Amino acid sequence: MKSFNGKVLFLDRSDINTDEIIPAKYLTEISKEALKPHLLEDLSLEEFDPQTDHADKNVILSRSNFGCGSSREHAPWALEVNDINLVIAASFARIFRQNMYNNGMMAMELPPETIDRLFSSFSGAETTLETNLHEQVFIFRTADREECVSFDLSGFDRELVEAGGWVEYADSKY
Amino acid sequence: MGKTIAEKIFDSHLIDNPHGDMHIIRLDAVFCHEITTPMAINDLLQRGKDKVFDPDKIKVVIDHVSPAKDSKTAQQGKILRDWTRRHQIPDFFDIGRNGVCHALFPEKGFVRPGFTITMGDSHTCTYGAFGVFSPGVGTTDTEVAILKGICAFRYPKTIKIDISGRLKAGVFAKDVILHIIGQIGVNGATDKVIEFAGPVVDEMDMAARMTLCNMAVEAGGTCGICYPDMHTVDYLWPYIQAEYSSKEAALAAFQPLASDPDADYEAVITIDVSELSPMVTHGNQPDRVKPVEEMQGTVVDQVYIGSCTNGRIEDLQAAASALGKNKISPRVRAILSPATPETYQKALDQGLIKIFMDAGFCVTNPTCGACLGMSNGVLAEGEVCASTTNRNFNGRMGKGGRIHLMSPATAAATAVAGHIANSSLYRKDK
Repeated sequence: MKSFNGKVLFLDRSDINTDEIIPAKYLTEISKEALKPHLLEDLSLEEFDPQTDHADKNVILSRSNFGCGSSREHAPWALEVNDINLVIAASFARIFRQNMYNNGMMAMELPPETIDRLFSSFSGAETTLETNLHEQVFIFRTADREECVSFDLSGFDRELVEAGGWVEYADSKY
Repeated sequence: MGKTIAEKIFDSHLIDNPHGDMHIIRLDAVFCHEITTPMAINDLLQRGKDKVFDPDKIKVVIDHVSPAKDSKTAQQGKILRDWTRRHQIPDFFDIGRNGVCHALFPEKGFVRPGFTITMGDSHTCTYGAFGVFSPGVGTTDTEVAILKGICAFRYPKTIKIDISGRLKAGVFAKDVILHIIGQIGVNGATDKVIEFAGPVVDEMDMAARMTLCNMAVEAGGTCGICYPDMHTVDYLWPYIQAEYSSKEAALAAFQPLASDPDADYEAVITIDVSELSPMVTHGNQPDRVKPVEEMQGTVVDQVYIGSCTNGRIEDLQAAASALGKNKISPRVRAILSPATPETYQKALDQGLIKIFMDAGFCVTNPTCGACLGMSNGVLAEGEVCASTTNRNFNGRMGKGGRIHLMSPATAAATAVAGHIANSSLYRKDK
């Protein structure tokens, strides 16, 4: 199973599309590793520097409709090869969300008011996240604060995460 | 309680319900292109599972970069080509016989009412025009679809959009769908099927319905869907005439798919399009929509007519009518990419290509190329494109480029004017 712990990258915008996560010009690559330097290269976000800002991060926190647009699975792959296996957002585009779980990664929705609170409490401070899959709890931590947020991982999504993805799951079951 | 068309199709393909709302359905067809399928093929090879569930149900095309522009795209084409040979997949459309997937596959008769279809492409939702459940998926879903002929989805909830009134001259399906996305927003239909119904849809030909359904995903929709009717039968007749004794018999077979009067919807939205004028997007999201009149005068550098949204013969006819004998503005470059070889051939036969070339258009082969900034019309930093495609995301057609989405007629008028302009086909008072 993949790791869902680590430093949090705050992307304070709605409707971040898969063209921004990985531009189409890199879709000619046929290895996931080749996508690594280009993650979030075209993201429209004030003061975000794709060269440095996600370098040591492992979790993304964002707003609504994350991953909209193109169905390209290169978006989750670009995250995966950069050791980001968890995106938390107010909502996701359907295809992106499924692509994440199909790779044994997590795209977790939290209520918009919880997302608001997490942004106002933690963004700007160096924040780490610990995921307790068993208890279904995220623990956000800074040097001087801690907050627990519960989440709901549905049965099917949990099985994909535990199996490592949809190919493994489908091949063992169908 | 009755069922929606999406529920009827879903229920008839259901093979498992492993958890809660997740259902496994059987697929009637799996479509593949060279951008999202090679990684699935390579992964299957690595797993020692280089198999296909049914070579006759897999349809394959090279369309995103065609012909190959460099060694990497050549390699993607080769992976697909070798794979179709290895598994004796009969329907492979290589360079010369290829076109933009969502225009080509319907034209070949591969899309039939009541089908379930997936493809590693978000605009797979286009096929809903034929009364099909056809969500776009990623590469892993495509990999399992190739191997097993199945896919997992939540049970489909539907938003019905009832479109009434009468479109003015010069107002097209593209204007209607831009208006709808402007109303419901870019995530207004996330995880929902958008059912297009009502007298305006009943009158639309299949090309117009494909334009409607094509952009369902721009509102977050799982797919668009229309009821099959005589327009559907007429379009498909060359491919289905051996199966039905008459067109009426085919219609009688398809009509029960239509949603029941007492079907349950998430929402029903009624839109009267009688006063709708040609629409255009502004900003970087497809729900930022204004009447062309309000954007009139916005200077453009490039005009692009083509794509799975608006590259069909009906689109070329509308654009050619809007062009007339006019030349494009000297400050603009204009590109036409007929979506399929058949469309290209018809456009030649009908004298449309001459109209575009006389006006000063560059006519390219069928390809997705420019729509996603991969080839054949990529924008430079700071340039503006009037485009008949489907996404105006920041940098979509080239880093730093801006896009205004519009109908083919508006695009043609814009090419002539050199700035965003209504076409002469538009009659405000009719």
